[in-house]
Amino acid sequence: MSISTIDPAVAESEILDPRILLERRERRLRVIMPIVSILAVLGLWEFLVWYNEVPHYLIPAPSLIAKTLVQDWSSLMQSAAFTVKLTLLSLGLAIIGGVLLGMLFALSRTVEMCLFPFAVILQVTPIIAIAPLILIYVSNTFFALLICAWIVAFFPILSNTAIGLRSADHNLRDMFRLYQATPWQRLRHLLIPSALPYFMAALKIAGGLSLIGAVVAEFVAGTAGQNTGLASRILESSFRNEIPRMFAALFLVSVLGVGIFLVTSWLSHLVLGHWHESEIKRET
Amino acid sequence: MNAASPLPKAAGLTGAPVLIDMKDVSKRFANGTVALRGMSLQIRNGEFVSFLGPSGCGKSTALKMISGLLSFSSGSITVNGHPAGESPHGSDIGYVFQEATLMPWATVFENVFLPLKLQGLGKGEAKARVEEALSMVGLANFARSYPRELSGGMKMRASIARAMVTKPKLLLMDEPFAALDEMTRSKLNDEVLGLWRSHGLTVIFVTHSVFESVYLSSRVVVMAARPGRVVHDIALPGADTRTSAYRMTSEYTDNCRLVSNALEGTMDHVDLNH
Ligand SMILES: Nc1ncnc2c1ncn2[C@@H]1O[C@H](COP(=O)(O)OP(=O)(O)OP(=O)(O)O)[C@@H](O)[C@H]1O
Ligand SMILES: [Mg+2]
Repeated sequence: MSISTIDPAVAESEILDPRILLERRERRLRVIMPIVSILAVLGLWEFLVWYNEVPHYLIPAPSLIAKTLVQDWSSLMQSAAFTVKLTLLSLGLAIIGGVLLGMLFALSRTVEMCLFPFAVILQVTPIIAIAPLILIYVSNTFFALLICAWIVAFFPILSNTAIGLRSADHNLRDMFRLYQATPWQRLRHLLIPSALPYFMAALKIAGGLSLIGAVVAEFVAGTAGQNTGLASRILESSFRNEIPRMFAALFLVSVLGVGIFLVTSWLSHLVLGHWHESEIKRET
Repeated sequence: MNAASPLPKAAGLTGAPVLIDMKDVSKRFANGTVALRGMSLQIRNGEFVSFLGPSGCGKSTALKMISGLLSFSSGSITVNGHPAGESPHGSDIGYVFQEATLMPWATVFENVFLPLKLQGLGKGEAKARVEEALSMVGLANFARSYPRELSGGMKMRASIARAMVTKPKLLLMDEPFAALDEMTRSKLNDEVLGLWRSHGLTVIFVTHSVFESVYLSSRVVVMAARPGRVVHDIALPGADTRTSAYRMTSEYTDNCRLVSNALEGTMDHVDLNH
């Protein structure tokens, strides 16, 4: 044979190595950079507070917030657990309700036309304006808070599920018809997979919204006492002028929000990573 | 050219029973486009019919109506004696769409497995058949790939494998090989011919290639646009015994000339400004 061939092993290692290295570097940077920048901001904060001798009841230094966090750990954790419970329950109910109603909407235009206006009204009315009413009508405070958080998280799931279930490719629909798929097969193998990208996008939004709903509702309720969430700790600290404790509770709310965001993003990647454009890393 | 006789002469196998009977079928879309007007066509069991015609003349529309996926405005279509789309053996039709139409969330294997899955077969039972269909189109090594990892031609081949996997009695193919290279195309041409001969299939094959239609079919239906209709119906006997040597014969070149003249006649009617 006179045709020269290229040794694939050599070619591959030569072509791929710099790229793999670059990718590894990028992955490391993606973890390190946010940490470094947050640490830098905290350091600057600490320094400015110390240098300008800002009193702690105005802006506490990060070190003082951390100390408060440790001191009040048990009470803050109790409140955090309450808020987590409220958030996750409302998100769970929003998923169940949104998906079921979304399926109903996708099945029947008539149902959609009848019910959609109510969903929109619920969505556009600020929760902070409805919350006092709900708190009056529902005697159990926890249920009232749950309803408020649910209303906020429910809409994106509902509307995206309904749109997603309708978004299946029309040629694929034709194919399912040609092979005489049963309604269940169509739902299971065509409509649900087509709706998943829409649903995951809604889940990311609803996750954050359910936390916001839980906190806002508690602010409106203004409940005090043992069995209350982080919003009550913030209110309470504000009344007592315990600003470091307020910051500590605020910090925990942020951590919760970031946690929810990370979990929903990870879920989305898990479900869509192998096929959907939004989660695929393009090769350049 | 005198080929533009308005009534096409009947062509095709004379003895076999009629499988598809289109009578005076018209299709008007909701936006007012008249895609077909007064199309009549009889296709007998075991024929290999090519639809040839300018872009937009209604070839895909006709195919969709025969499969029962698209309704028509007037006329009638029966397949095997049943109104189109109402056959009790719907899965006896294989359809290769003009686009590959694969499920992006499923592997090539799962995509090809789908028709069998919808018929209620388990993965274990179907595995051999799916693998057979995949190796026929040369995708045996890509069973675990996702559609986005395939080239355009490979996607099309996966879609062909999916249409073949149920061993359909009637195979409808809408420009299946348009995106393929010459070698693959010629290999798949022979594959389809082989299937047609050995399984007693009936094939309707939409193409823009005169050579392909002459090489493959026992009958070429030439259509014209605005409105879509049949203008020529050309029988090409001997299709069931052709070998690839047929491409070297003068009969082949003569037939190509005949069909391409007929096709040119249709271009008179096309107003490219509309
Ligand atoms: N859904 C639709 N709504 C309105 N008009 C349509 C629709 N689908 C097709 N048409 C029209 O019907 C005519 C025939 O379309 P068709 O797709 O059958 O053409 P074709 O012969 O398959 O063309 P090509 O070779 O380009 O695939 C075209 O003029 C097109 O504009
Ligand atoms: Mg077409």
